[in-house]
Amino acid sequence: MIKFSDKQLKIPKLMRPVYLATVGMSKFDRAFPETRTEELCIDALTAAADFVNMTPKDLKKYIHTCYYGHFADHFGDQLLGEAVIHDRLGLDPLGNIGVKTGGATGGSAMWEAVKAVASGYSDCALALGWERMDEVPTDEGNHLISAAADKDWETPLGHIYTGYYAVMAQRYWKIFGKEEESFRNTMAEIAVKNRGYARMNPHAQGPMKITVEDVLNSPIVAYPLRALDCCLMSVGSACGIVCDENTAYEIVDKPLRIYIAAGSHTLRVADRRNMKIPLLPNETKGQYDDLGKKFPGGDRYPGFTSFLAARMSAYYAYNMSGVIDPCEDLDVVELHDAFTISDIQTYEDIGIRPYGEGRTYIESGDAYVINPITKKPGKLPSNPCGGLIGCMHAVGATGLMQIAEIGYHIWNRWDEIHEPEEKWKAFGREKPKDWESLQVKGAKRGLAISHAGVGSHVTCTILMDPNNLIKED
Amino acid sequence: MVKKDDEKGYVDIINGRYKPRGIFHISEANQPIFNKDTGKLAGVTNPRDMTYIHSYGGEAIFFESLGKGKLMASRCDNDNCETKGSIYEPFRIFCPDCLRRATPIDISDKARKKAKIHSFIVTHRSGAFNSLSLPIKFINVEFDEEVVTILMSVLALGEPEIGKRIIPIFRTKAPTYTIMDLMFVPEGTSESELPEGFTF
Repeated sequence: MIKFSDKQLKIPKLMRPVYLATVGMSKFDRAFPETRTEELCIDALTAAADFVNMTPKDLKKYIHTCYYGHFADHFGDQLLGEAVIHDRLGLDPLGNIGVKTGGATGGSAMWEAVKAVASGYSDCALALGWERMDEVPTDEGNHLISAAADKDWETPLGHIYTGYYAVMAQRYWKIFGKEEESFRNTMAEIAVKNRGYARMNPHAQGPMKITVEDVLNSPIVAYPLRALDCCLMSVGSACGIVCDENTAYEIVDKPLRIYIAAGSHTLRVADRRNMKIPLLPNETKGQYDDLGKKFPGGDRYPGFTSFLAARMSAYYAYNMSGVIDPCEDLDVVELHDAFTISDIQTYEDIGIRPYGEGRTYIESGDAYVINPITKKPGKLPSNPCGGLIGCMHAVGATGLMQIAEIGYHIWNRWDEIHEPEEKWKAFGREKPKDWESLQVKGAKRGLAISHAGVGSHVTCTILMDPNNLIKED
Repeated sequence: MVKKDDEKGYVDIINGRYKPRGIFHISEANQPIFNKDTGKLAGVTNPRDMTYIHSYGGEAIFFESLGKGKLMASRCDNDNCETKGSIYEPFRIFCPDCLRRATPIDISDKARKKAKIHSFIVTHRSGAFNSLSLPIKFINVEFDEEVVTILMSVLALGEPEIGKRIIPIFRTKAPTYTIMDLMFVPEGTSESELPEGFTF
């Protein structure tokens, strides 16, 4: 569609408040050649139980329905993986469902769980996601991932998803980045930031102490994207448990309010027709009338340079939760940095910056836990877990990992999850001597974006300390 | 590895039913995966050699026309549709707004006169089953204001640039009946320069 009815722009309503009671995640790595998928899922649920000082057996007693996110069945040659995992978790015969929306799978699984609780169908629902793409060699893996593009019109061309995605990066680079060296450096700064933050995260697969030069000298994948501009491919699991108010307060002293919304767009970027830009609460009519003048070629929306799905999900979620300006109203965000450049595109789609100005979020230092320019706390830190570039992209789990990480900040328990020596040892990883806490101090509200491929699906999750809501119920 | 004709699967449609003939799967034993350091079994390989069947349905006209040197698009001709007159390339069986069957139209001439590069990417990597030579020059093709979408394809010759004028070429000799029967070349390319099997 390129025009919407009032009904379609209706702000979603949760019929009762929904709370995030606990979260958990496994270690993330490129491969786990001697681990069955269920072991990682059990690690995630056990971590969620540990977080609230319960045994898994006791936590499970609360769960009523289950929403399992796993995207790429065809890698593992196992359909109904949700039935396998549900059985191994010992949660049969409770109702469960498998959720698949590409890279947004984790967020979408949570979307389903939240709606189940909001409706009253369940008082407590589990959203658990996992992915493994290690069980095929690289070329075959590239082909299987390319099956997420159009099988008749795109996949046969190269059997490589990068091709279908990077054309978006190309256009943004030329039109909004103006092919400027400074912009290329800004892209690289995102990788430097996220890889550096990953060094403080024992769960993270790709910690690295790198410089902008390292990024610019890394092998070309598809110009202008280099290897260090790109996210990881990972194996692992993450989960969250959502409840109604009474149940949530039985599980944890301070559950967090959760709002979540979803948007979508066409599978093929080819099909994205030109349309008016839907506006977010912090934007004004006419604001983008001269976008094409300021950025020649940037007059087609969303074109190849914006993700309408992200914009729609933010439109719904901000209006649900009362967020007007994410930079003012939120304290920390976890965004879907599949590539450095798509991260910048997302800043604009969700209103952190206006269209055309995404780069200033990084260049101003606002995106850092400690602003490198002012040396003071960043205005809106992004991806302190290391993001998809530094921590992981285990597709079905990523969105849930991001929600967990935001939760840790608002619960003020980030250090508890990322510091302990025992965890680093248990994961076979060396805690850096210069380990530092990335806890965003005083965080009360945060956001996570879960995004699929070239933007066919996006969910926007907002978590708030229940004493710091913007909108009264 | 190339299969002999009698190792392949073929399908005809007779009386409205699929009639497969030939070989649609080849069995192969699993191979164990051992941890070389510990000597312990860790897993097995799962070889799968399978042929799938796929229906183009209403899009068949597009794929068949490529081998005949024609680029088909679709247009909504529903008087009651807000976006009547919109032309879609990629071809769509139905208009996405009114869901009425769209009219197949030949835009070969439009493509020859107006097609240009909207975006592109050159990749040096590919995935299993790729048959394009590396590097692959992906392009996105815009036509004119009437064609509201932007087709993904490949530039067979020359270097891609945004805005560059391009001409479609078709695999008219031994077509594959897939999107691989369509590519583009820069305006001004002569027929003798075209890849094997392709004509204007």
